[in-house]
Amino acid sequence: MKFGTEIVLLSLFAFAALVAAGFGVDEPFRQHMWVLFFAVAGFTAILLRNTEFKPAVPIDPAAFMDGPIRYGAVATVFWGVVGMLVGVVIALQLAYPDLSVEPWFNFGRLRPLHTSGVVFAFGGNALLCTSLYVVQRTCRARLFGGNLAWFVFWGYQLFIVMAATGYLLGITESREYAEPEWYVDLWLTMVWVAYLVLFLGTILKRREPHIYVANWFYLSFIVTIAMLHVINNLSMPVSFVGSKSYSAFSGVQDALTQWWYGHNAVGFFLTAGFLGMMYYFVPKQANRPVYSYRLSIIHFWALIFLYIWAGPHHLHYTALPDWAQTLGMAFSIMLWMPSWGGMINGLMTLSGAWDKLRTDPIIRMMVMAIAFYGMSTFEGPMMSIKAVNSLSHYTDWTIGHVHSGALGWVGMISFGAIYFMVPKLWNRERLYSLRLVNWHFWLATLGIVVYAAVMWVSGVMQGLMWREYDEQGFLVFSFAETVAAMHLYYIMRAIGGAMYLSGALIMAWNVTMTILGYQREEKPMPRPIAAVRPARSGARKWA
Amino acid sequence: MSGEHIDEVSDVSTTGHEWDGIKELNNPLPRWWVITFYVTIVWAIGYTIAYPAWTMLSSATRGVLVYSSRHDVKNELEAAEVAKGKYVAALQAKTVFEIAADDVLRGFAIAAGGAAFKVNCVQCHGSGAQGSKGFPNLNDDDWLWGGKAEQIQQTITHGIRFASDSDTRLSEMPAFGDIITPEQIRQVSAYVSSLSGAVGDQALVIPGANVFAENCAACHGDNAKGNTELGAPDLTDAIWLYGAGETAIAAQVRAPKQGVMPAWGGRLGEVKVKELAVYVHSLGGGE
Repeated sequence: MKFGTEIVLLSLFAFAALVAAGFGVDEPFRQHMWVLFFAVAGFTAILLRNTEFKPAVPIDPAAFMDGPIRYGAVATVFWGVVGMLVGVVIALQLAYPDLSVEPWFNFGRLRPLHTSGVVFAFGGNALLCTSLYVVQRTCRARLFGGNLAWFVFWGYQLFIVMAATGYLLGITESREYAEPEWYVDLWLTMVWVAYLVLFLGTILKRREPHIYVANWFYLSFIVTIAMLHVINNLSMPVSFVGSKSYSAFSGVQDALTQWWYGHNAVGFFLTAGFLGMMYYFVPKQANRPVYSYRLSIIHFWALIFLYIWAGPHHLHYTALPDWAQTLGMAFSIMLWMPSWGGMINGLMTLSGAWDKLRTDPIIRMMVMAIAFYGMSTFEGPMMSIKAVNSLSHYTDWTIGHVHSGALGWVGMISFGAIYFMVPKLWNRERLYSLRLVNWHFWLATLGIVVYAAVMWVSGVMQGLMWREYDEQGFLVFSFAETVAAMHLYYIMRAIGGAMYLSGALIMAWNVTMTILGYQREEKPMPRPIAAVRPARSGARKWA
Repeated sequence: MSGEHIDEVSDVSTTGHEWDGIKELNNPLPRWWVITFYVTIVWAIGYTIAYPAWTMLSSATRGVLVYSSRHDVKNELEAAEVAKGKYVAALQAKTVFEIAADDVLRGFAIAAGGAAFKVNCVQCHGSGAQGSKGFPNLNDDDWLWGGKAEQIQQTITHGIRFASDSDTRLSEMPAFGDIITPEQIRQVSAYVSSLSGAVGDQALVIPGANVFAENCAACHGDNAKGNTELGAPDLTDAIWLYGAGETAIAAQVRAPKQGVMPAWGGRLGEVKVKELAVYVHSLGGGE
């Protein structure tokens, strides 16, 4: 490969970054442009060194394009470990504020690094690589657009690097889960449109008559995130060589726009996207058909129609007008069953293969993911009820809720998908070790249980302390007293998070050894005792 | 792909498609799922009829219950005001001395003052009113400006060295670094430290007594017991606002730190200040 055009374009890009570093109007912007320059220039140098003048090997148009997916799988594991590590660090900072290192590593800058790290770097790479894996196999078509997939992969990594370094330099729009400034947003928009073209193009050239349900979910995720990202980030830069911009919205309209985005980042990034993952990897790993085609259609359309309206429930009892709060809550309640449709379809796909729970730790991981999915999609509508929200809002209960979804659902289903894909992507007979998957499963599960349970208890305690009045109607606790009461729970939360992180480290080891081609000498997992039994001899129906 | 076929295990037909080996069963929607979904939809419609929800041209429907969260808050606040009304009126009319003498009013004022303290005062004085370096402990019986309820009320109302309040409590200890020699500062610091029992170098303590009598006694008193009229601290009680020991004392003699407390009268109102004064007075050190 010669990469001639790529090298020229990248050099120009690096030069533009250098110019921006020179003419930048504020110090953080200049520093950030230096980061960009070194990232792009370094990448250009790597391409230059890899230039070969041998004639390129002709590409088999029928073969799947798995290069970007292999990179994506590695990136998923890498960013997962980084994001979770930062999570443990900020959990410890909450328990021991002296651990804040000013200015780059204080809580305020590390917190968005954690959220974006796990959601967009870990979750985003997991969605990117699994979607490209799934769409090729279920469409029986090579990825559309030649090297477009490489642009999407590396472009997304550049977005992650720019977002993360921006946070550490103190560059932020202060918009929840959308903190990067205008120029990083513009870059992500370009990458995301390329992703949409790549995915849609592959679907359009499919050699299957129908589009598989996993692809509907992936597509809804890509399309909706494009819309959410563009509208939420509409803003006016103060200078085109500066790091500050102002939102197009103000006051309560800005708040609502942010939570319309924020809630649907949960809905379409962390729910719809990962349901796409579930719809491919669970039936594959269980080797069973999807439970109900009809349910998959109905719950898909119901989910994407209802989810988009539920954002106002993040702004109960605020300046948001009452009618918008009512609608946010009503749509959240209606969302309960459409969300559970995915849980039913995932769990019931295992009917006839339940014995694998005992013998296959990967299936166990996936089932635990679906169980946590079901639990958090019940908890969510419940917390959207105004009476419940008046207690739970602003407390750590919310943190517990989001982590039971993020660690339990998003994390576990991604781990399952990674364990499924890695041996196939690198043509290995099996994983390095199934026993280590089992260790990962138990560390992660116990870690989540500790984390979520502790945050429920402390969140409810916090909410009750805030609203504790004496018989004459006076406040009983000062804010500082409620913070002091949380200390022990914060320590326990950090322990739960550290357990989850150690599971991810085991995965990183396992995946690395698998890629390097090793197989661990170990006692095999228990064998299935009974073969799958036909229904006539007593399988039960659920409906 | 292939035609319809029956799944062996579940005895259910598939849709006939297959993607990368994945088939889909033709199971119906679980009935409980459908019913629950319909129930939530019916409930949601009912809820939007009961509460403000449907957007019209220039506003939204107000709902059958004519609910408004703003009115709710207003009503709750008014009800709370009414419930406290007679106490507040009594507090308005009486002096802090009278309030402290009346058991019912005193109980109310301590509850109210305690709540106000948690919101307004804990940032400096600590959630247990224990203070910290530079911020006095309010539990002990050592008072810079007097520990009688009226004196505390005066301090809270007008603050200390608070420039924008003309009645604020003012005391300005001179910076003795410009007035006496470093040697004299060492001597007087050793002397002051010895007043609360510290054993110092007698070669410094004995001349220090003279330095004290000439420079310090005017405000702190011949016996160094301080003077609440002037805000001059008692130097014999081993309670130190800016730290114990000769070094800390010497620093304070050389270039004194002058703490500021805001005037709360304008911000909290007379009644709230009275409640705070009674509360602080009740903490254990009130005179």
